[in-house]
Amino acid sequence: MTWALNHVEDIGGLLASHAVLAAVPLLIGLLLAIPVGWLAHQQHWLRTPLVVGTGLLYTIPSLAMFIVMPLVLGTGILDPLNVVVALSIYTVALLVRTVADGLDAVPAQALDAATAMGIGTPRRFFTVELPLAVPVIAAGLRVAAVSNVSIVSVAALLGIPQLGSLFTDGFQRNFIDPIVVGIIACLILALVFDSLIGLFSRWLTPWLRPGSAT
Amino acid sequence: MTFLWQWLGDPANWVGPDGIWVRIGEHLVYSAITLVLAAALAIPLGLWVGHTGKARRLVVNVANGARALPTLGLLFLAVLVAGPLLPGDLAFAVPAILVLVILAIPPILAGAYAGVEAVDRQAVDAARGMGMVGHQVLLNVELPCALPLMLGGLRSAALQVIATATLAASVSLGGLGRFLIDGQAYRDYGQMAGGAVLVAALAMVVDVVFVGFQRLVVSPGLTSSVVTRRGLREHLSTN
Amino acid sequence: MIRFTDVTKTYPNGTQAINGLSLTAPTGRITVLVGPSGCGKTTSLRMINRMIEPSTGTVQIDGRDVAELGAAQLRRGIGYVIQSGGLFPHRTVADNIATVPRLLGWSRQQIASRTAELMERVGLDHHLARRYPNQLSGGQQQRVGVARALAADPPVMLMDEPFSAVDPIVREQLQDEFLRLQSELGKTIVFVTHDIDEAIKLADQVAVMRVGGTVAQFDTPAGLLRHPADAFVADFVGRDRGFRALGFDSGITIRTTPEPTIEVGASLEQARAVAGSAAWLLVVDSDQHPLGWLEMAELSGAVQDADLRLGGTLAVQGGSLRAALDAALSAPSKRGVVVDVDGQLVGTVSAQQVLAEAERLPR
Repeated sequence: MTWALNHVEDIGGLLASHAVLAAVPLLIGLLLAIPVGWLAHQQHWLRTPLVVGTGLLYTIPSLAMFIVMPLVLGTGILDPLNVVVALSIYTVALLVRTVADGLDAVPAQALDAATAMGIGTPRRFFTVELPLAVPVIAAGLRVAAVSNVSIVSVAALLGIPQLGSLFTDGFQRNFIDPIVVGIIACLILALVFDSLIGLFSRWLTPWLRPGSAT
Repeated sequence: MTFLWQWLGDPANWVGPDGIWVRIGEHLVYSAITLVLAAALAIPLGLWVGHTGKARRLVVNVANGARALPTLGLLFLAVLVAGPLLPGDLAFAVPAILVLVILAIPPILAGAYAGVEAVDRQAVDAARGMGMVGHQVLLNVELPCALPLMLGGLRSAALQVIATATLAASVSLGGLGRFLIDGQAYRDYGQMAGGAVLVAALAMVVDVVFVGFQRLVVSPGLTSSVVTRRGLREHLSTN
Repeated sequence: MIRFTDVTKTYPNGTQAINGLSLTAPTGRITVLVGPSGCGKTTSLRMINRMIEPSTGTVQIDGRDVAELGAAQLRRGIGYVIQSGGLFPHRTVADNIATVPRLLGWSRQQIASRTAELMERVGLDHHLARRYPNQLSGGQQQRVGVARALAADPPVMLMDEPFSAVDPIVREQLQDEFLRLQSELGKTIVFVTHDIDEAIKLADQVAVMRVGGTVAQFDTPAGLLRHPADAFVADFVGRDRGFRALGFDSGITIRTTPEPTIEVGASLEQARAVAGSAAWLLVVDSDQHPLGWLEMAELSGAVQDADLRLGGTLAVQGGSLRAALDAALSAPSKRGVVVDVDGQLVGTVSAQQVLAEAERLPR
């Protein structure tokens, strides 16, 4: 692994851009999926079209998505924006269903109690529904985060620099070291994302922590 | 988008040894081999884990960890390591299928063990109480009741494999990914967009086939009544 | 006969679920295990069909230690009904009922005719045969559970809170049908419940268990109500137990007062003549079956069906004192109507007369 030691700085840079390219779409996707998922949860007739429709976006191969993006957005083929938009779409595809499921799982009694106490619908959404749906949404977000980390690397086939560049680089030079380093770095990054979301979800849901019951 | 329709509309692009039909065939063959292999490994393992509850943590963690593996890196690694040991086209095909199998195992495994775990414990208790032995409980109660979730896992694996099999083209194999890679190389946007549309369409067709299959083999008792039927349909169509 | 001898169950973590249980459930009778949660009643039940193995001690069925029998073979010969049925959701009602006969390798015709017979026996319409469990009501599901347990006509039935997942009205109905079924079939039944009222209603004998897995009292329902062994049993059996015990004082011929009666269609004058100074007059049909009470102050013409006040319960002569007392308290005239087994009027009885009868009984 002398190769890795000699290229620590390069790898660090690729890791950083990989992290950004995976994380930013996660946030954008979540912000988009919450209102859409809420709509699917709220309006029964809209649920199937919304959930199925967004779910279908996930069947578009990532390679195709990255290639088509410049045509749709008018960006250059190497523009990182292509990756951000494409991954935001995948995140929405994964999360709309999750958000709807999470909101469905909120006990009706809690909602009734909130309504009976005179809490209005928008306020009720942010103070009761969304907090109670956090565990389910966080579980979906973890899946999306791990999936994003893997998909970002495909953008290397188009020449957008991130950890995937180590794969194309190694493959072209018939040299295994960078590929192995890239895979390990991807795994670590996925693990970090997964843990961060897990911790954040725990922080948001103190009532679920073991031992808090008296 | 006119170049997309031009490319798809040109009959010459559909026929011949590197035409659309041949690429669809290749794509389906890769995907089918992958799914059969992955199912053969993951379903028995998942049923065993769900039935016995043994090694659950280990299997769940390994499966979840496998989801985090970057497919492209794995593919290149497999080709570089295993390729030289294999003759001819197999040098690329075997590593590619191997990587796709690794991709397909986690959802199938999760569907199988989650399916068995979701079976009503009371029904299993009643089955044992009426004198069914281990394999009878598994075959007569747990397996049929686990089918909806199990097929759901198989289905989401199929969608992922079809979408990801495009990467096989990046190591000079066939399949619909060819149009994406070649199109990019020649800056032929019609070919690239056409390839993308074909993959998505193929995924949808396979999905519909799965829905039909599911309707056929899952007991109506697990799906009937208006409410649950709607719930299941939503579950199936998006997994 | 099912016999527990010095049975204990200790779990690896040291929890003592059963502690020195000795108990006999006689053949052809209903033995109810009742107690708070954690008293080991379900554990005890599940030892009979070896779903749980005792740590020490033996469980015998008709003198044979169950530990010496193959578990699967043993279970196929014991009916097993659990809370909310434990029905197979992927199988139709008929296929659910046919489970054990299939395991035993019965022929197709045998199974079909047995299934049809059982559905009728437990009160399930035959058109439900092709339905799935999730298309049935809770009460229907429970009937399927009972039919399924009876399928191979096992001499022994184990029932674990079979009626606790349904609403009170359906539960009462199921309990009544269960008693009727048992009077026809005469199975050896061990029944677990946490509901003391259910235990008292259904049992030939009751074992009240306390947490830690010991029997606090093993007695008939009447014995339990009259002579609770200790404070725990008294508390568990609960309030109103003196009143409820009247339900077991049966076979007593209560002295009744003859009651003047009239039939529908009689004129106002006839009614007044019969009633005399009484405020209420009992109306019967031509066969002396009581129909209802007439309030004389309200009567303004010939006696019509519409004038009848219903609502009083009837007590059967020789039935329980509790029924007689209830008849007296529920009648608008405060005179409880007593009939014979054919439903013909015997006379009426006041609450005071019933209580006097109750006081005369030895305690």
